[in-house]
Amino acid sequence: MAPRTPGADLPEHPDWLWHSPDPKPSYDVVIVGGGGHGLATAYYLAVNHGITNVAVLERGWLAGGNMARNTTIIRSNYLWDESAGLYEHALKLWEGLEDELDYPLLFSQRGVLNLAHSLQEVRDGVRRVNANRLNGIDAEWLDPHQVAEICPILNTSPDLRYPVLGATWQPRAGIAKHDHVAWAFARALDRMGVDLIQGCEVTGFERVGDRVVGVNTSRGPIRAGKVALAAAGHTSVLADTLGLRLPIQSHPLQALVSELLEPVHPTVVMSNSVHVYVSQAHKGELVLGAGIDAHNSYSQRGAFHTIEREMTAAVELFPMFARAHVLRTWGGVVDVTPDASAIMGLTPFEGLYVNCGWGTGGFKSTPGVGWCYAHTIACDEPHPLNAPFSLERFTTGALVDEHGAAGVAH
Amino acid sequence: MSNEFRLADRGRIDRDRPIRFRFDGGDYEGYQGDTLASALLANGIHQVATSIKHGRPRGIMAAGAEEPNALVQIERPFPEPMLTATTVELREGLQASGLPGRGQLSTGDDPARYDTMHAHCDVLVVGAGPAGLAAALSAARSGARVIVAEADTEFGGSLLGSGETLDRAPGTEWVRRATAELAACPEVRLLPRTTVFGHYDDNYLVALEHRGEQAHSRQRVWRMRAREVVLATGSHERPLVFAGNDRPGTMLAGSARTYLNRYAVRPGNRAVVFTTNDSAYAAAIDLADAGVEIAAIVDAREVVSTHWASLCIERGITIHADTAVVSTSGTDRVSSAHLCSLRSDGSRTPSVRQVVGCDLLLVSGGWNPAVHLHSQARGSLRFSEDIGAFVPEQDVRSVRSAGAAAGLFATSESLRSGAEAGRDAARAAGFDAEPGRLPRAEKAPVLASRSVWLLPSPADSDGSTRFVDLARDVTVADIRKATRAGMDSVEHVKRYTTLGTAHDQGKTSGTLSTGVIAEMLGRDVAELGTTTFRAPYTPVTFAALAGRDRGDLYDPVRVTAMHDWHVEHGAPFENVGQWKRPWYYPRPGEDMETAVLRECRAARESVGIQDVSTLGKIDVQGPDAAEFLDLVYTNMMSTLKVGRIRYGVMCTADGMVFDDGTVTRTDEQRYLISTTSGNAAGVLAHLEDWLQTEWPHLRVYLTSVTEQWATIALVGPDSRQVLSRVASGIEVGNDSFPFMSFRDGLVAGRRARVCRISFSGELAFEINVPWWYGREVWEALHEAGQPFGITPYGTETMHVLRAEKGFPIVGQDTDGTITPDDLGMSWAVSKKKTDFLGKRSFSRADTARTDRKQLVGLLPADENLVLPEGSQLVDTAELPEPPVPMLGHVTSSYRSAALDRGFALAVVKAGRDRIGETIYSPVGDRLAAVTITEPVFYDKEGARRDG
Repeated sequence: MAPRTPGADLPEHPDWLWHSPDPKPSYDVVIVGGGGHGLATAYYLAVNHGITNVAVLERGWLAGGNMARNTTIIRSNYLWDESAGLYEHALKLWEGLEDELDYPLLFSQRGVLNLAHSLQEVRDGVRRVNANRLNGIDAEWLDPHQVAEICPILNTSPDLRYPVLGATWQPRAGIAKHDHVAWAFARALDRMGVDLIQGCEVTGFERVGDRVVGVNTSRGPIRAGKVALAAAGHTSVLADTLGLRLPIQSHPLQALVSELLEPVHPTVVMSNSVHVYVSQAHKGELVLGAGIDAHNSYSQRGAFHTIEREMTAAVELFPMFARAHVLRTWGGVVDVTPDASAIMGLTPFEGLYVNCGWGTGGFKSTPGVGWCYAHTIACDEPHPLNAPFSLERFTTGALVDEHGAAGVAH
Repeated sequence: MSNEFRLADRGRIDRDRPIRFRFDGGDYEGYQGDTLASALLANGIHQVATSIKHGRPRGIMAAGAEEPNALVQIERPFPEPMLTATTVELREGLQASGLPGRGQLSTGDDPARYDTMHAHCDVLVVGAGPAGLAAALSAARSGARVIVAEADTEFGGSLLGSGETLDRAPGTEWVRRATAELAACPEVRLLPRTTVFGHYDDNYLVALEHRGEQAHSRQRVWRMRAREVVLATGSHERPLVFAGNDRPGTMLAGSARTYLNRYAVRPGNRAVVFTTNDSAYAAAIDLADAGVEIAAIVDAREVVSTHWASLCIERGITIHADTAVVSTSGTDRVSSAHLCSLRSDGSRTPSVRQVVGCDLLLVSGGWNPAVHLHSQARGSLRFSEDIGAFVPEQDVRSVRSAGAAAGLFATSESLRSGAEAGRDAARAAGFDAEPGRLPRAEKAPVLASRSVWLLPSPADSDGSTRFVDLARDVTVADIRKATRAGMDSVEHVKRYTTLGTAHDQGKTSGTLSTGVIAEMLGRDVAELGTTTFRAPYTPVTFAALAGRDRGDLYDPVRVTAMHDWHVEHGAPFENVGQWKRPWYYPRPGEDMETAVLRECRAARESVGIQDVSTLGKIDVQGPDAAEFLDLVYTNMMSTLKVGRIRYGVMCTADGMVFDDGTVTRTDEQRYLISTTSGNAAGVLAHLEDWLQTEWPHLRVYLTSVTEQWATIALVGPDSRQVLSRVASGIEVGNDSFPFMSFRDGLVAGRRARVCRISFSGELAFEINVPWWYGREVWEALHEAGQPFGITPYGTETMHVLRAEKGFPIVGQDTDGTITPDDLGMSWAVSKKKTDFLGKRSFSRADTARTDRKQLVGLLPADENLVLPEGSQLVDTAELPEPPVPMLGHVTSSYRSAALDRGFALAVVKAGRDRIGETIYSPVGDRLAAVTITEPVFYDKEGARRDG
């Protein structure tokens, strides 16, 4: 695994990636939020449903929210059928995305290890592996010796405070370059005539009765046949203006990188109880994340003790990281639902669709969300894969509780 | 060749303390007080590294943390990657090598120790240059508690390198006196070698102190909470963008001055100075006076300062006004600078007017205030046209920027603003502070600088050798590629080109790149702004942040009062939360299964003893304790009689089982509740959460008493006899001491509370004594049990015994999606109470379904089979193509001594309606047939609990 030179993977661009048009007065579909989900949704609206009179509205710079801030891990080894279905659909799309978008996404299927450090985590891991296999998802249960073979720099000594007792292993999982994914979708959309409008903040909705017919923005009103929300934690702020309360809470989630290092870490390692997740990006920097900050906040920054705790876990599991340096820390905002699964589907308002609550699953789900959300918007009914993720489940109680299987203990 | 470029007459190095070091395989000598960079320059080494993308030779550009080029790998005393030669203190035996932008981690374990310090203060002064020292003096003289943190090895900041005078004496003399005065103040703490790298909410700042490889702790992280903060962090000089601006020998002018005055290093023999402002003149004059030939001063401004011009004339230095260096020549080092007039003469392509030979090219494109901490503290920035840089727009609450960090570059201004900031900070913290007298600095009139971003470039039309970010090899051409692709935000260009993302996080390139992008797009620098400043200011080792919280201290190890006994008796331990619990007690030659079967038989047939001290215990007191417990448990606790015990289930608001345990009423207004071992803290937090946020009117007080009690379970038909031998004051008979009640008395002579509860189905007593007597009472019971063959057992046997009785373990047989009814525990859910946590959810459509996953028993058709826990369950004897519908999974599975076979607990869809049916479990490559049963396998009628 030779490290890649920074910037060397980018193609020459004699042409534009995207333009920055002014908003038109009206669109068939307005997507609120120009992150990965908004862009992917617009893409599949165009490609799968032929709908291109679409605007993607972004209040800041394109894909500058969680799409620019995540740790780029992609996997589909979720416990429940509902989650596994959606994330596996996403993973299958990831596997063809680089060709489809004709852009280097640096999608690297280097596998993901989810470590178990207690007998209960072993039970949970075995359970998830068995469920994954029956759902057609690649998964193996590894003993500590097998774990060490895959990731030799991992401390699998039994003397560890919480020794590695085993791990789940999904070989098809991996990482991709988040920014490139956004730019690839943006380039494709620009070519198909979809308007990507930056610096355009949605402040409210135009309604006729219970039908949403447009949005008010910092750049004036825009009429829309349909409005699709894809604004992560801020989705609830927008829905609030309609009196629609969404059950999501937003927290800071921090991540960090080291300086560039010669390749040492061949895969992705995640641990919930020695809490950290680590990969080494193509250029050579270690990319790490861990727990969310407990307080609610929309600020893209967290508290430092969260980083310090993460570092204790990092050097516990990877003693050789002791003299690696934290180069940069940053924060994103994770929008978390009561059952740690997303919300995607219809709303009580005609012509208004909601997609939020992805917590830590947003990046890996990107193409799957785009595919299903586009279907939901175009057909005015959920795709079978996102039907379980309706808003109604919080009334019926048909929850998809992924607290146990999420990378982060919520 | 040794110290050929060292001057004899100046500097702050200690010539009596030579230091030998090795770089790139060559042996050299420097002095105490050198950095690796200054020692290399003294030995004539300019090229230190190669660049990451193009492999171009790179030299030493700066004299501090802003260095973009001189990356080194430390090899000895212990490998550390990616440090800048400019920040590595020279130490005896240091071995290092230059890096091409990417470092190596050591495969050996880091032997060093790292510590964490905590400090509070009234005024934290970051930076001990003229502004910081003046601030610290103002604050310290008022009696305030002051911390001064300075990244450098010694205080003084710019005064160390500039050679300026204060009160007509060397500025360093004032620094010495100021430092001595501060050191003499009892409330002042001075932290040299300490970089404040993060500024968080409410003036929480974190700093890294370097103490050296030999120190007891190599590095310490300071966690500081300051009432008021003065940021006197100085500024970074900005390079200029011309073709070949990366050749070794190219150096920031101020840094060259520092090498000269502080380290007594002559950085070259013949220099060209290219500047857009007055500051580089001072460097030129100092270098000239030290014997460096100044071949030319090239000033981008049309008008140059008469003050500096006259000093140059005195020394015969030529000044080229309105001129730029547009390219360089040289192989491993710059050999000439190519000059071009900036004056518009009508021709579109400017041409090189003059080639000036040199081995040193000093550049100064202006100075960027180090606004990093101000910005981290959420301070806003504005672009100052006067200095061509971003400065703090206004101070954040309780944070003041002073000196160069505030854009005030003259030493006199630094001193004044620092003194005022220190005074204001101390006053804000409640002290009566005065600025005091300030030393008089040299005065020189300062002409406005000229902001220069893109220079004409006759030699490099595509911009591919004009470097904007040297650390990442990002050129004008790279940035143009990004803007031509449609990117018009600094964030996008940064991500596209990797600009500003290297080890230096764009300290020299940040503002410069904004200027270049702005010029390309025809937009305002101010409008484009900067990318976000994030912690850490300079890179920090992982190990320093981890501190001591590693190994055994990664998480506290909690052990019970009887722990040593368990160790002495050979028990392996299971981690349960932070606790170490005995897992089983193998006898010589026994494997785990054999030991557990023996322990199970003892508990069922004679008597077993288990340490259950780890179960969480919460004391619940207050007039409303009963009402509170009725709200948090699904069953009724207010009707419990004093002296009695009830099993209880807690749910979260969604109706899912959260924890379980016993509730003991010790008084009308007092209960003792128990929790699962791993969830004790979680339960207390949950209860406090509801008490404090939803029911603050309830008069209830919660106290964790887990560690006040050592608790011993005495289990089995002979347990009563064993207890009777050591208990006094307790009638142990069934009628006088019924099930689910407690008695206080003496056990082995110690005050004890004995509860009749059972997690095994057997007659059992739970003996609680003060923690201190845990081992003593345990040993007494063990001794008293000898005639009955008393057998200690661990968590594994406990699990088997309870599973045989169908008792679920929360967190093992439940996973946050299981209701009490799913567990067959509707009996524990009150029908009478008007409200309790989870009640409303039970009526939700999905929660009320009758075909939910329910706890059942499983008996494998193969009696010898112990199903792996976590196995899934399916309906068919052969697997169809995925996705295969799953019925549920095996939650607990063991071999039973009592049943003489394998058995399991599982959750299965509509399981209770399917009892007697056969379903299948994929085990390895085969499907194992299993029969669904009631979850209770042993003593279904409950006959054994009374003995």
